[in-house]
Amino acid sequence: MTRNCLQSIRRAAWLGVAALVCSLPVVLCASPDTTRAANTEFLVSRNPVGQRGGRLALSLRAEPKTLNPIIATDAPSREVIGVMQADLVHINRGSQLTEPALAKSCKVSKDGLEYSIELRRGLQFSDGHPLDADDVLFTFRVYLDEAVHSPQRDLLIVGGKPIEVRKVDAYHLVFRFTKPYGVGDRLFDGLAILPRHVLEKQYAEGKLAQSWSLSVSPSQWAGLGPFRLKEYVAGQRIVLERNPYYWKTDAKGVRLPYLDEIVFLFVASADAQVLRFQSGETDVITRLGAENFSVLSRQARGYAMTDAGAGLEYNFLFFNLNEPSAKTSMDAARRQAWFRDVKFRQAVSAAVDRQAIVRLVYQGRGAALWGPVTPGNKRWANTETKHQARSLDRARDLLRQAGFSWQSGSGVGKILLDQNGNPVEFSILTSSSNADRTKMATLIADDLKQLGIKAQVVPLEFRSLLDRITQTKEYDACVLGLASLDADPNSDISVWLSSGGTHLWNPSQAHPATAWEAEIDKLMEQQLVAKSFEERKKSYDRVQQILDENQPFIFLATPDILVGVKNNVGNFQPAVLEPYALWNVETLFLHNSSQAAGK
Amino acid sequence: MKTAPRKATALLTFLILIHAVVLAAGFAAPYDPVQQDRDRPYAPPAAVHFVDAAGEFHVRPFVYQQRAREGSFDQYEDDHAIRIPLKFFVKGAPYRLLGVIPLTLHLFGTEGGSVNLLGTDGYGRDLFSRILYGGQISLLAGLLAASVSLLIGTFVGGASGYFGGWTDSIAMRLAELCLALPWLYLLFGVRAFLPLLVSPLKAFLIVVFVIGALGWARPARLVRGVALSAKERDFVRAARGFGASHFYVLRRHVLPQTRSVILTQAAILIPQYILAEVTLSFLGLGIPEPAPSWGNLLSSLQQYSVLSSYWWMYLPAVAMVPFFFGYLALSSSLQDGARANKIEL
Repeated sequence: MTRNCLQSIRRAAWLGVAALVCSLPVVLCASPDTTRAANTEFLVSRNPVGQRGGRLALSLRAEPKTLNPIIATDAPSREVIGVMQADLVHINRGSQLTEPALAKSCKVSKDGLEYSIELRRGLQFSDGHPLDADDVLFTFRVYLDEAVHSPQRDLLIVGGKPIEVRKVDAYHLVFRFTKPYGVGDRLFDGLAILPRHVLEKQYAEGKLAQSWSLSVSPSQWAGLGPFRLKEYVAGQRIVLERNPYYWKTDAKGVRLPYLDEIVFLFVASADAQVLRFQSGETDVITRLGAENFSVLSRQARGYAMTDAGAGLEYNFLFFNLNEPSAKTSMDAARRQAWFRDVKFRQAVSAAVDRQAIVRLVYQGRGAALWGPVTPGNKRWANTETKHQARSLDRARDLLRQAGFSWQSGSGVGKILLDQNGNPVEFSILTSSSNADRTKMATLIADDLKQLGIKAQVVPLEFRSLLDRITQTKEYDACVLGLASLDADPNSDISVWLSSGGTHLWNPSQAHPATAWEAEIDKLMEQQLVAKSFEERKKSYDRVQQILDENQPFIFLATPDILVGVKNNVGNFQPAVLEPYALWNVETLFLHNSSQAAGK
Repeated sequence: MKTAPRKATALLTFLILIHAVVLAAGFAAPYDPVQQDRDRPYAPPAAVHFVDAAGEFHVRPFVYQQRAREGSFDQYEDDHAIRIPLKFFVKGAPYRLLGVIPLTLHLFGTEGGSVNLLGTDGYGRDLFSRILYGGQISLLAGLLAASVSLLIGTFVGGASGYFGGWTDSIAMRLAELCLALPWLYLLFGVRAFLPLLVSPLKAFLIVVFVIGALGWARPARLVRGVALSAKERDFVRAARGFGASHFYVLRRHVLPQTRSVILTQAAILIPQYILAEVTLSFLGLGIPEPAPSWGNLLSSLQQYSVLSSYWWMYLPAVAMVPFFFGYLALSSSLQDGARANKIEL
């Protein structure tokens, strides 16, 4: 009893000291620490100067699965890790170009095979431990280790050989490829530099994948991002606090970030997120649907809604182009024979009313698509390929050429018949949790009805839908969407390569099934090793043209990136790349932050 | 004591009337329920006027043309320059009356322009027409499922009450099992086993059959109770004594006594099954789009934006009220009647 008392008194005393120590860096940083600034090579942000303090709250659709950047794949984890970690070279989400981050400079050798990187001096992890070349070496050893199963590993293998990393001295490193790598320094974006002093032991024990789960104690965690872990409450929220050792300052020399804290609340449904934002519980809302955007715009009080323009997500309809197997039923094989006819796919594409999709599904906040490159992607669109406007007559011509005919039906309209006189009927799968895509499919079904095709929309639970597409291959057609993470075509390479797992219409082929798929494979390999942007662009333009000719995907539309933010948040510049709102989190600040903090 | 049957008759007439309207949906509705008007999503209900903007009176009712505001998706305003007069008995979209007779005549409509008395949905489809057509499916589902339940329930309940013994034990344990079954999950399971390409008609019949077949337990227990007491009656024993077969006695003497129980049950079960269909379609397990049913008309309300922006999307729920009221009032007046009969006996 007495001992407990003693302990608690001692603990209270320690807490007092700890509180004092904790508040110290904040106090010090408020008036810039000149001694540290002298030997630290800060990156000076060009953003307008803001003011310190306050907390920013926003919702996440699900709990992050992990805080470990090596194995994180889900969007909530990436979003949280994104503000806690830093990379050598970073893609500016606003300009979509690279800029140096932890690296002070990044030089490419003439043959394009070597990248020399110089680290900023005097940088420290969020626990105060200094950063040097050994941490970078350790990081790349981990990412490249097959036993770790990092999803980033594939990006670091060029021409079948892993990238070679060599340390020159404590601040200089050389990265060497065996072949030129078209992606260039974009490669380094998103590769979080890891603290060797924290993780080396776990790595040696082979427990790296299990470390840094959500239950990690903040003292066991270290990063180079603007914020560090403070608290995680299961099922409710994760709270991050300012990293006092962050390596950027504003123009006045104040160490960033401005905000004291960021709170991610776990709010599962989009509608509930809207209500939280409306009631003022959260300061920022992203990934908004057009309907909720217009609800919020109509009642805007104390916040502003922004349409940042078309994002990188592309939605499309595709048909089952897999080779029929022994298990495929006669009926399904007959339907798949229509789908393999390129004229049939072109006819469907000609009949789809993309403008109606943009208007009715996205309430006009989106853009019609004829290819995978959206208007939000500034550099890669093929402006040469011309898309044709919707024309039912052209669609009928194409069907006629392919041997289809019409029978005057007993009811309304005519019924389309195939070469053997069977009526053309098929189902279109959509994910039941995605109201937008279900709506697209319903509109397409109505478009096709005018050609005499009977298409039935079948909303399925997402997991069983994926199972049908990638495993059992029992489906006719499907409406899906993909969101590229980067504007570079390489982020979608597994969609276009015939061996890719997301080559949805006929995934994971041993050999390309068609000549045009073989050509796409070749072009994608070419752009990967091309030295100049122009060469790469030429290859990718041709890929887009082939896609347009063969219509494996019938591209439909892309939604705008819609965000909302409270009026007192400064420096808010939503981008069309993920993470839409938090990419410049270190420069976000709150006007009247004393009031905001008091709340 | 005579008021109860009279009340029942009045209620029955009311029910037949509103069913007739739904049955003749093709005639009563001005449009095809799946026809989309992509320029007019979420148009609000059109107000029917007699007096125009200038204060002038017109004998023929009219609506104003609705126009989307510049740059807006779902904000409409009346264009006072264009009056669309409502006409009766106009020709329009072809349909089949009672599913057989092909016709193009509609009760009312317009010549040029469109009139959406209850507004339109997200695809610009006329909500009034969809509610009427949706009623056909929902009401038919209720009626069919209730008949399936009552048919099975009467046979199982009658046999189990009449024969007793192990027949009774087995049937009643089975009934309890059925009552304990979580039918919603069973339906999820059934839907997962079906092939993808199911025609709306097939999907409809499957839903009806499954909810009907699962609901036999309650009527069966009630019928069993009546049969149990009926078989001890003197005239039943006498019939047995004269050598009547079990089947004859069941048919001639026992089941007729369950009539009032069955009628009351029907009046309770039908609205219950209409509601079941609505629930299933609301959850996406019932009739697939684009065919309307009250359930899938309401399912768009799952989205907050629809819930908060377009009040007329609630109207299918309002349309159900008179049906439920009719059926439930009928069942209670039948119960009153049955009680009164007993007192007189």
